[in-house]
Amino acid sequence: MINLPLLPILIPLLSAVLLMFFPKRIKAQRIIAMAGITGTIIAAIVLTAEVKANGIQTLNLGSWPAPYGIPLVSDMLSVLLVLTSSILTFFVVWYAMIYMDESYERFFFYIGVMFLLTGINGAFTTGDIFNLFVFFEVFLIASYLLIVLGGKKGQLRESIKYLLINVISSALFVTAVAYLYSVVGTLNMADVSQRIDELGSPGIITVIAIFFLIVFGLKGAIFPLYFWLPGSYSAPPIPILALFGALLTKVGVYSIMRTYTLFFYHDQGYTHEILAVLALLSIIVGVIGAIAYRNVKTIIIYNIVIAVGVILYGVAAMTPAALEGAVFYLLHDMVIKAALFLLVGIMIAIAGASHLNKMGGMIRDYPRIGWTYFVAALALAGIPPLSGFVGKLLIVQGGFETGDMVGPLLVLLSSLMVLYSAMKIFMNGFWGTPKEYHGAKAHLANRLWVPAAALVLIAIAYGVGSEAVYPFIQMAVEPLIDPAVYIEAVLKE
Amino acid sequence: MEILMSIVVGILFMSAVYLILSKSLLRVIIGTALLSHGAHLLLLTMSGLKTGAAPVLTDGVESYTDPLPQALVLTAIVISFGVTAFFLVLAYRAYQELGTDNMEEMKGNESND
Repeated sequence: MINLPLLPILIPLLSAVLLMFFPKRIKAQRIIAMAGITGTIIAAIVLTAEVKANGIQTLNLGSWPAPYGIPLVSDMLSVLLVLTSSILTFFVVWYAMIYMDESYERFFFYIGVMFLLTGINGAFTTGDIFNLFVFFEVFLIASYLLIVLGGKKGQLRESIKYLLINVISSALFVTAVAYLYSVVGTLNMADVSQRIDELGSPGIITVIAIFFLIVFGLKGAIFPLYFWLPGSYSAPPIPILALFGALLTKVGVYSIMRTYTLFFYHDQGYTHEILAVLALLSIIVGVIGAIAYRNVKTIIIYNIVIAVGVILYGVAAMTPAALEGAVFYLLHDMVIKAALFLLVGIMIAIAGASHLNKMGGMIRDYPRIGWTYFVAALALAGIPPLSGFVGKLLIVQGGFETGDMVGPLLVLLSSLMVLYSAMKIFMNGFWGTPKEYHGAKAHLANRLWVPAAALVLIAIAYGVGSEAVYPFIQMAVEPLIDPAVYIEAVLKE
Repeated sequence: MEILMSIVVGILFMSAVYLILSKSLLRVIIGTALLSHGAHLLLLTMSGLKTGAAPVLTDGVESYTDPLPQALVLTAIVISFGVTAFFLVLAYRAYQELGTDNMEEMKGNESND
């Protein structure tokens, strides 16, 4: 099974191509899309088992030996992210089949999702910095389709901004790669790391590091580059928002994680300090947004910014504990954000509006949804034994190990604020006086609950079973702590 | 030659920034096109322009031009071409729907579901 790392990219790609032949036949679209995602999940599980048993898996495309060809590198971090993304997509598509109007399904919705998954899995797997750019474009172009699908006024207006931001950041990405190439003369990520080390990391590398931080920060929505996020993400329908919120920003975060541990670890006093400060500022800005707004979508969207900040703070600390925490929290956040978006989507479906003033007392008619949301909110804030707890604990521990006192305290304080912002939705939406609801999709609420509850269940299992997950996380962090592990695996031949 | 190219890249980036900051949507799109042109030119320049023979193995030739940036720039051009085309269509559709191509009027304050 030498081509195993390729399968999670190939299966969604082929199903997307297949789906293009009959875009109007909804039933076939649904079946093939679900089959494709299931296949991807199975491939990802097999791959995870393989990586667990035999270490990092690499595949040189076209059999060009590294560092000349494009390698696919599946280390534990990348396969865990691929697996999580595929599972999330499965539940979101399930939810979308119930939620979306037929007009969406007939206009390339599933094709867009499959290409999105192709790009995301590719970006997580590739071991070539320019190939990373190409996979970024693959999922970005799919996301352009998904964000504008429906063609409502708000969507068109916001997707122009989204497109503009991403076109600019792509141009900067090409520029950053050009600079990097001019210094090291290679694109293979393992080889780049090695060359930078051989060159003794000249000053220009620090400049390139900041350049990459800007590029990935624009995608990953860190302070001060998050400004496009609340507007653009509130435009598309809920299932698409869930996909974007759970996956897209995380690719940016993953890229920062990868480049800052593999390439730019020499001048940590400068680069990682900037990263830490920006991460903490992201947390603060996110908290302000999450507390200030009363629109349920916007509250959860600002929680994305907080989570990005928390994860990147862990990356910036660069101690083993902090990195473990960052990976742990990254996976947790993907699952729980998707679950929360799906749950507030049900609330919006019931109320027919996304503002908290138009909600209240939903627990009377929908107790299951209310309590599921309650559990998800606790998990988001990191109440033990739910899934957010372990990640945050490790990040805070790692932060203290570096001697930083402000950062960990801010992270802890932010948990409290996150809890407040999530409980605000619970108290205003589910408690209080029941209102008359006229949501056009209210009758779907109980069917929509199933995939959302399944995601919450996964989050609970992830938290309760963190003992079992821990060896995987530990393995994922190995190449982050010691780049030699990664280089060894890629350039072995 | 590389110096000249760098200046050209700088001018392209400068014009791109100017255009992207303007209010008319069409100018913004032209700006993004110029921005990616600048980035592509930079990518091509970064490995040094024509330093040897064509990168095809022949007898008696020692130094070859690095073919990699040319391959990269082709990929990047194709991508930015596709995205620009999509952007133009999106802008036209948005103009039809919103009745304006002025970015100032596209701020969007009313909440939308």
